[in-house]
Amino acid sequence: MTQSQPSPNDRHEPDSPKLEAQGITKLFPGVVANKEIDLALHKGEILALLGENGAGKSTLMNIIYGLYQPTEGQILVDGNVVEFHSPRDAIDLGIGMVHQHFQLVPVMSVVDNIMLGSESVDRGLLNRERVAAQIQELADRYNMPVDPNAIIEDLPVGVQQRVEILKALYRNADILILDEPTSVLTPQEIEGLFAVMELLRSQGKSIIFITHKLKEVLRIADRIAVLRRGEMVGEADPKTASQENLATLMVGRKVTLEVEKEPASAGDVLLELRAIEAFTDRGEQALRGVSLDVCAGEIVGVAGVQGNGQTELVEVITGLRPATAGSVLINGRNMTNAPPRRITEEGAICHVPEDRHMYGMVGAYSVADNLVLNSYYKPPFSSGLTMNQAEIAQHAEELVARFDVRTPSVNTSGASLSGGNQQKMVVAREFGRPISLLVAAQPTRGIDVGSIEFIHSQIVAKRDEGVAVLLVSNELDEIMALSDRIAVMFHGQISAVLPRSDATREKIGLLMAGVRADD
Amino acid sequence: MATAFPIASLQRVLRALFIPALALLAALLAGAIVMILSGDDPLAAYSGLFQGAFGDGKGWARTIRKTVPFILTGLSVALAFKVSLFNIGASGQFVIGSVFAVAVGVNFEGLPAFIHLPLALIAGIVGGMLWGAIPGFLKVYTGAHEVIVTIMLNYVASLFAGWTVYAGGTQGQTPGPLWDRTAGAISETQDVLASAQIPWLFGPPYRVHYGIFIALAAAILIWWLIFKTPLGFEMRTVGHNMRAASYAGIRVNFTIILTMALAGGLAGLAGGIETLGLNHKFAPEFGGAVGFDGITVALLGQTHPFGVLLAAFMFGALDGGAATMQFESGVPADIIQIIQALVLAFVAAPLIIRMIFRLRQQTQEEAASAVSTSWGGS
Repeated sequence: MTQSQPSPNDRHEPDSPKLEAQGITKLFPGVVANKEIDLALHKGEILALLGENGAGKSTLMNIIYGLYQPTEGQILVDGNVVEFHSPRDAIDLGIGMVHQHFQLVPVMSVVDNIMLGSESVDRGLLNRERVAAQIQELADRYNMPVDPNAIIEDLPVGVQQRVEILKALYRNADILILDEPTSVLTPQEIEGLFAVMELLRSQGKSIIFITHKLKEVLRIADRIAVLRRGEMVGEADPKTASQENLATLMVGRKVTLEVEKEPASAGDVLLELRAIEAFTDRGEQALRGVSLDVCAGEIVGVAGVQGNGQTELVEVITGLRPATAGSVLINGRNMTNAPPRRITEEGAICHVPEDRHMYGMVGAYSVADNLVLNSYYKPPFSSGLTMNQAEIAQHAEELVARFDVRTPSVNTSGASLSGGNQQKMVVAREFGRPISLLVAAQPTRGIDVGSIEFIHSQIVAKRDEGVAVLLVSNELDEIMALSDRIAVMFHGQISAVLPRSDATREKIGLLMAGVRADD
Repeated sequence: MATAFPIASLQRVLRALFIPALALLAALLAGAIVMILSGDDPLAAYSGLFQGAFGDGKGWARTIRKTVPFILTGLSVALAFKVSLFNIGASGQFVIGSVFAVAVGVNFEGLPAFIHLPLALIAGIVGGMLWGAIPGFLKVYTGAHEVIVTIMLNYVASLFAGWTVYAGGTQGQTPGPLWDRTAGAISETQDVLASAQIPWLFGPPYRVHYGIFIALAAAILIWWLIFKTPLGFEMRTVGHNMRAASYAGIRVNFTIILTMALAGGLAGLAGGIETLGLNHKFAPEFGGAVGFDGITVALLGQTHPFGVLLAAFMFGALDGGAATMQFESGVPADIIQIIQALVLAFVAAPLIIRMIFRLRQQTQEEAASAVSTSWGGS
């Protein structure tokens, strides 16, 4: 692995790079988001931009995409200095960006979304057929099958992302910025995306791939640039780099990717699920008789391909979705279809929800208010009629310190924290009170290595205190690293429960794909 | 941090006032253009308007008298907004509140005032609450959108109120239960008993009653409820993120129904106060137009209870000065309604305001975050 303090004269290419950022500095009030960053992207290259949340990756990309103006420094496209006043200027020069949160209109068709903003018009009327044909041509060329007339909200996330990429290609993008494109995808969809990226590269497109997943970087990138705290701390060659040294570079200290834990000493059964059935929002049967026990002091991991009922299972346990059959017993008490607050209080249960934006936090609320989101009504935060702001603030100061939530103050809005810190905020709230059962769904989705390490160690610490832990994750690595027992979910059922010692990736993978253990 | 707090909060208040103040200014400018186009003198008109609203004791009295219902209907709409509910029904709730209050006010002869008046006011609140709770129930249990239901219920309320005071027809149709038998062919109630009338703060010719204090107290109470109580926390949480609210164990359905009922209660109280304090009877022409203005007042007040107070005062002054303006300058008082409508248009479209006054665009960062969250789903 080569580390270098980059400077513009460091490397001389025979021809000028496709895209170059020189000495980019971006100041926000009180924050240096980017500091003298140099970056070059060549034709037909996949450059991975690696960094923790809050390292300045998104700021840098927004500058390249014309959303922000740099405080200092300049952007060059094909060797010419350019100045972007809006994304439109960047698009005109062939830069396309696929945001982490898709910029699609859910109720409109693929064609309408793709031509939105650069409509094809004949005598004042939209020419959808022509656009549809162009989309079809692009889709064929880059092997991204999509029905141009499908409505966006009916499409799976992976296909929606394809539409975003096609949208950029339709605008003749030669440079594609993909902002955390894999964080919303299933493992299969990720493979599909990588195939598309390789095809795009072979046809001369240049790609900036933003991520913090080390494995993916090593798998797909031609070159790796690492950002830390707004500065470019080095470049790495994926052929020689390892996950460990990339993580160290990214976080700035040695990171343990392996979770260290003692063997579990399981106690009494704390959570008993008996033949639970439930339906999805769309009325399809999601759970078909799920039975599972979780004991005090053990971590039971639920593995499975997303959409096999894991989400619904967690919602049934926590009272957010009615069970149509079966029973949930927590600490021996029947909690089937009890209101969420009763489950939280009597079950002494805490829930790290799989979608922190949708369930786990209120973006407009301060960190302090988010930290009392489910205890605001209890003393000392509330004394009957009024809430006690001083107690709420003090409680927040304590949790922020204890769980290392990086925030300017406890009065900062939750929405303005980085993803990893938002998740730490949720974890701080849920772990910061006495509990006997922890239900953690995708506890490290979309967050950086340093935060993952921290959250994993907290989960293990809870287990060692005697808490029963139900861990649901789409990341097989996470399940393997943390679990004492592994339950595999397939098609709304638990298809097998294995002790960790019997579980291999291959065995679990087959079970996840629906192959029965005894076949 | 404790020392920096007042400055920061002052800045926040000023920033919040910025766009509404400019919207008001823009509406007055646009009104002036309309006047010039129709050959009138805007300076004379606005000077008449100011004279009418603040020129003398009577002017102040008119302004305060008009401000009272704006405060309460504005609070009604603003409270619902905090829970992401759009209460277009303040008009109907106002009317139902008036009818309930008058029904108690004309009956129970012999009750002492300290019982009769509160009873009549509470009746107005209860009427409005019932009327507001209906769209809440329908939203929770059938998914019917509160905008549609509240608009429809405005018609129902106004027709129901008309029936209660119906004078009967020439073909011997049954008169309404609240109709004043001595009123002949006129559809109206008798005067509410003296024991249920809100006493004058300044009697005729000023005609300012104590209702202004009830309205001010309501604004403080609603501010306290929203920002200081656990219930307000629940309401705001539901308003921001319904899913997070249910995750946090908040009874979302209950909160929605309660909020609509409270919003209705405020508008109903407005109706009760107008009836018991000023009109002293109910007739169909005392309809709930002020309920619709509540939407504008709430938006102009940035849906903050104290902002609503300011906005209601502005609207009260516009209404209070309108007649004098017409008298002094010959500009028809209806222009005031145009101005009030323009205020709504400008408050609802801050971008137009920024364009008119050539304000610096939202910083690009703000714009970018607006773009990147617009379809983000959270």
